[in-house]
Amino acid sequence: MTALPAQTQKKLGLVIDLDICVGCHACAVNCKEWNTGGHSAPLPDNDPYGADASGVWFNRIHSFEVVPEDGGDSRMVHFPKSCLHCEDAPCVTVCPTGASYKREEDGIVLVNPDTCIGCKLCSWACPYGAREYDDDAGIMKKCTLCVDRIYNETLPADMRVPACVSTCPAGARSFGDFGDPDSDVSKLSAARGGYALMPEQNCKPVNRYLPPRPRKTVAEEAMGGAGLTPVADSSAGVMARWLDKILSL
Amino acid sequence: MHPAKSVIFFTTASGAGYGVLILFILMDIAGLIPAGWHVTLISLGVALGLISAGLLSSTAHLGHPERAWRAMSQWRTSWLSREGLFALITFLPVLIYGAGRLVYPDMTTPWQPVVAALSVALALITVYCTAMIYASLRPIPAWSNGWTPVCYLILSLSSGAVLLNALSFFLGFASVFLILVSVVLLLAGLIVKIMYWQSIALASPRSTAESATGLGDMGKVKLFEAPHQGDNYLMTEMGFRIARKHAARLKRLVILWGFVFPIIAILLTRYSDGAITIGLLTISVLTAAIGLIAERYLFFAEAKHSVTLYYGESAV
Repeated sequence: MTALPAQTQKKLGLVIDLDICVGCHACAVNCKEWNTGGHSAPLPDNDPYGADASGVWFNRIHSFEVVPEDGGDSRMVHFPKSCLHCEDAPCVTVCPTGASYKREEDGIVLVNPDTCIGCKLCSWACPYGAREYDDDAGIMKKCTLCVDRIYNETLPADMRVPACVSTCPAGARSFGDFGDPDSDVSKLSAARGGYALMPEQNCKPVNRYLPPRPRKTVAEEAMGGAGLTPVADSSAGVMARWLDKILSL
Repeated sequence: MHPAKSVIFFTTASGAGYGVLILFILMDIAGLIPAGWHVTLISLGVALGLISAGLLSSTAHLGHPERAWRAMSQWRTSWLSREGLFALITFLPVLIYGAGRLVYPDMTTPWQPVVAALSVALALITVYCTAMIYASLRPIPAWSNGWTPVCYLILSLSSGAVLLNALSFFLGFASVFLILVSVVLLLAGLIVKIMYWQSIALASPRSTAESATGLGDMGKVKLFEAPHQGDNYLMTEMGFRIARKHAARLKRLVILWGFVFPIIAILLTRYSDGAITIGLLTISVLTAAIGLIAERYLFFAEAKHSVTLYYGESAV
């Protein structure tokens, strides 16, 4: 049924630390690699080596420039986005067939490929663009939170996390249960002011984003030691000053 | 939003079909439709033909049309499911009403008005469900507002009236009353459409690039680099932009062809006869159809979806 569960036993989701993410796209690549062989396999690639490549990806990294209103230094923020596994997931309730569903046990939102009619309405209903249409199969696909990894006892315990989390070289992604206030992700999100995207869309997303930490301005950095060592003033070493003199002859 | 041809045809054709159906039955209850079996067959045939063609075409954009029957199952939560279900249920009283009208053309049995009223009610509910599919989508503010169902209901009735008015001349129930009904409904359609456009133009944005990223506290958010150089499904389906560029011209086209031309053509039939009347009726139907298709195309294409905020749009 497309009615949402009143309560899920767990609220599995991701924390994405925008302060750490370096925008390397490794999470997207590993997501594609895992999922094109997993629960939703295959993920189509159209014209993969041509000029107009496109395909189904469950995770994409957008890079935003944030320009302060007061004219200060701009910041670059790399912004990975995948399904947020919303508590009030509109993609589930609009589904006319019941193919779209939210799991009562862990809150993961999935699509049943055998009953999806490919009407695409769920992709219209999702404010975040988490749904991806598979033209070859004629059905909708989406991030499964790697449901085929996280409970997979044939994998070593440390691999039982979503592919994007296990591959992030910077440690910008964490996975866990937001339903448990004492879980690592709940504590991390609380400590760093984790927030939900577009709360005004009333979807109650589970995933949380951690804001970039404040940074020194370019001017402050130049003043305070992080700048380049000045050449040939009194603070330079004896050897450096002597070399500077010789070479200036 | 990408304007799928099948969905544009579906919403306009079945909308007009339900409009014909509703107005025909209401006029029949009021005793304004003559008895003849050909009147029943042609009028209901046109209505049900348009409805069925629309419903069939709506399955054309599905990835798995053969599974379309499953779409009836989730009426508890899904307006699309409700729409499919009510569309199907409506056929039952309408067919009984039509069969009854063939046997008892003067509506002499006590059950005929009941079935007729039920048909009208279910047809109205079906059109309302169609509108609510769009009106319930919060990521698309141009659709999720109170004007959407109002426009769908009125335009269904006005397009139905134009068609029924044209049919009335051939089936022998042309009347000043039906001409007036058509003109009033067309004027009502024009007014609600203009008010709809006004309201979406004046509405403050529901979501912004700042709320989509949560980075608004730091400053203005601009897309620096998209995830990839090519297009993806989200961008082609939700990020359709061609019509927005021509929105002003399309609106003029809708106002003139969809409403003004049919009104003039219908009014002129009061002062014409013979071939000229047939010509005017043809013009009223054709211009109304072109205007309505342009209206629906614009309704889809002009609407912005919040996912575009991740692809360079600044407010939705």
